[in-house]
Amino acid sequence: MEKQTSPYRWGMVVDLDRCTGCGACVVACQAENNVAICGKKEIAEGRNMHWLRIERFWVGEYPNVRARFLPVLCQHCRDAPCEPVCPVYASYHNPDGLNGQVYNRCVGTRYCGNNCPYAVRVFNFYSHQWPKPLDNQLSPDITVRPRGVMEKCTFCVQRIRRAKEDASGEGRLVRDGEVQPACAQTCPAEALVFGNLADPRSRVARLVRSPRRFRLLEHLGTHPSVYYLKGGGREHV
Amino acid sequence: MSEPTLSAAKSAVRMNDAMLSSLRPPTLRWYLLAFFLGGVVAWGLYAFGYMVSTDMSCTGLDRPVMWGVYIVNFVFWIGLSHSGTMVSAILRLSRANWRRPILRAAEAMTVFTVTIGGLFPLIHLGRNWVFFYLIPYPNQRGLWPNFRSALLWDATAIFTYIIGSSLFLYLGMLPDLAVARDRCAGWRRTLYGALAMGWRGTAREWLIFQKASTLMAALIIPVAVSVHSIVAWDFAVTVVPGWHSTIFPPYFVIGAILSGVAAVITLMAIIRKAFHLEEFLTPLHFDNMGKLLLVIALLWSYAYFVEVQTTWYAHEPIEWEVFSFMAGRYTPALVLMLVGNSLLPLTLLCFRRIRRSVGAMLVISLLVNVAMFIERYLIIVPSLSHKNMPFVWGTYSPSWVELSVTAGAFAGFALMYTFFAKCFPMVALTDVRELEARKVLVPFARAELPSIAGKEGGDD
Repeated sequence: MEKQTSPYRWGMVVDLDRCTGCGACVVACQAENNVAICGKKEIAEGRNMHWLRIERFWVGEYPNVRARFLPVLCQHCRDAPCEPVCPVYASYHNPDGLNGQVYNRCVGTRYCGNNCPYAVRVFNFYSHQWPKPLDNQLSPDITVRPRGVMEKCTFCVQRIRRAKEDASGEGRLVRDGEVQPACAQTCPAEALVFGNLADPRSRVARLVRSPRRFRLLEHLGTHPSVYYLKGGGREHV
Repeated sequence: MSEPTLSAAKSAVRMNDAMLSSLRPPTLRWYLLAFFLGGVVAWGLYAFGYMVSTDMSCTGLDRPVMWGVYIVNFVFWIGLSHSGTMVSAILRLSRANWRRPILRAAEAMTVFTVTIGGLFPLIHLGRNWVFFYLIPYPNQRGLWPNFRSALLWDATAIFTYIIGSSLFLYLGMLPDLAVARDRCAGWRRTLYGALAMGWRGTAREWLIFQKASTLMAALIIPVAVSVHSIVAWDFAVTVVPGWHSTIFPPYFVIGAILSGVAAVITLMAIIRKAFHLEEFLTPLHFDNMGKLLLVIALLWSYAYFVEVQTTWYAHEPIEWEVFSFMAGRYTPALVLMLVGNSLLPLTLLCFRRIRRSVGAMLVISLLVNVAMFIERYLIIVPSLSHKNMPFVWGTYSPSWVELSVTAGAFAGFALMYTFFAKCFPMVALTDVRELEARKVLVPFARAELPSIAGKEGGDD
């Protein structure tokens, strides 16, 4: 394990037993991060730009059918497959454990997108437009990505930046719950919990110790920072 | 033994005439061909320009299939470039005299195919106009490309190969350029004079030339092997199911040599017809190349069998899904690939009559390369279509832009080749003449049998 040089290691817990699949997180993410608006055509072509998707699976035979929801976002792997393959360091690891993406360094080889086992990286196949008046809601904190550039969930790095600046101005560390990405803030069921995994008393670190926890495609050894919780005595499948 | 004699029928002047016949002023048919090829190239350039000026939505790419026909082309063309190295370097070191009439064609092919192949990673970029980010150049921001990425290994290997194979081609051409210089007038004389670098054909020059050629032949082989290993690493070092496989580097090298040898056979048939070189490219040459193709096809079949067999035996569900998806969705392509790369060469090339028939060899060699193109496609596309997360499985089919660029690449290769054949000696003139000069009739009982006297080269 590499040396921790930062007091933060940002991570998230997704409680699948709480998730209702409402999709509010997807909308919040789209609104917060200047994610391009995609129509029917782009989605049918497999070129939608969502940084966070709700995977819906049907389980069982009719009439005993249940829907299963799996919110999948960038897993911010500690050993991320997307990072070493980028020839220009557009995909890199920051000291806080985030997978950064430098949009204006990206040349669009799409190698990272191929090598991401979670398929959470989206590519700007289109030169996206924001029809009026939607352009008014573009966030000034975030780059509007041009065509030919790869993008993905950043854990709302602009919010983390702001929280860290506020905290360092007051000479302290970021408090637990002081910063959360748009998806976690919006989730009505509190299925998404964000926080600092390096702080053992943080809410996210306590949840991660749950016996219900697992990580996606753990066998690949990517060591994601996103943990899922499932089971909890209400197991249906 | 009798004294070595030049066979009267093949005097030096007549051989020079015959082998430099391609340098004669172009005919109307040549202009028509060049015009047609130029037209296709222009169409390919238009398609590429359209993609650059609009956006990449005009390709068939999507998520999860982010690499498509461009990368298939890349691997295919780099594979073809193994022709020259194989035919010239390996056959030179193993002293196979029959290589001589075809070595120039094969070496030129290497240079042109590797150049075209090297363009595709740049063509496929989302932002082609900032391709120079990939080059390690000093800049005030202190930014450096990431040498942990297989794409940078690629760039390094391909640049090395382009430089090495161009030098190899040029070096071998020096004495021929001098011959051409002495036979020409006007601008051609100036051009060949400059390129021949004052070659006079002294004993010392020949000595150095022989040493340098042998050295280059020995040095280019590891480069060629490394180039295609590195191309294979683009896939093998990822965690994509179906790509992440240790057999990929040797398998890719074998595949590359297979398509390279087949392409040389195709070229031999075309050049023989186009430049009336029936005297120098005899059925014997096709016979020998056929044997080589047979061996490489055997090796390829073994490598493919091992790759599929290990995956099938392990039956790891995510990996096996890729294979079963490929076999289900691309059944006709898969069958064509197996027939073209394995079944047909392995059966037909066992027969001497077929190996010695130029027409049959042309068909077989073309089929091998069609199959090799499909092989690249079946490696790249199905693996990406069915990756680890079933929710984002997808499909891919190339768009008109990608197909046009591909057509442009084929035409561009043919065009470069056509120009090269018109401007430079297409048959390794001095190599062939050296062989003819050393041919003697050895008395054997009452008959006289043709044989080759003396040692090759000045290095021993």
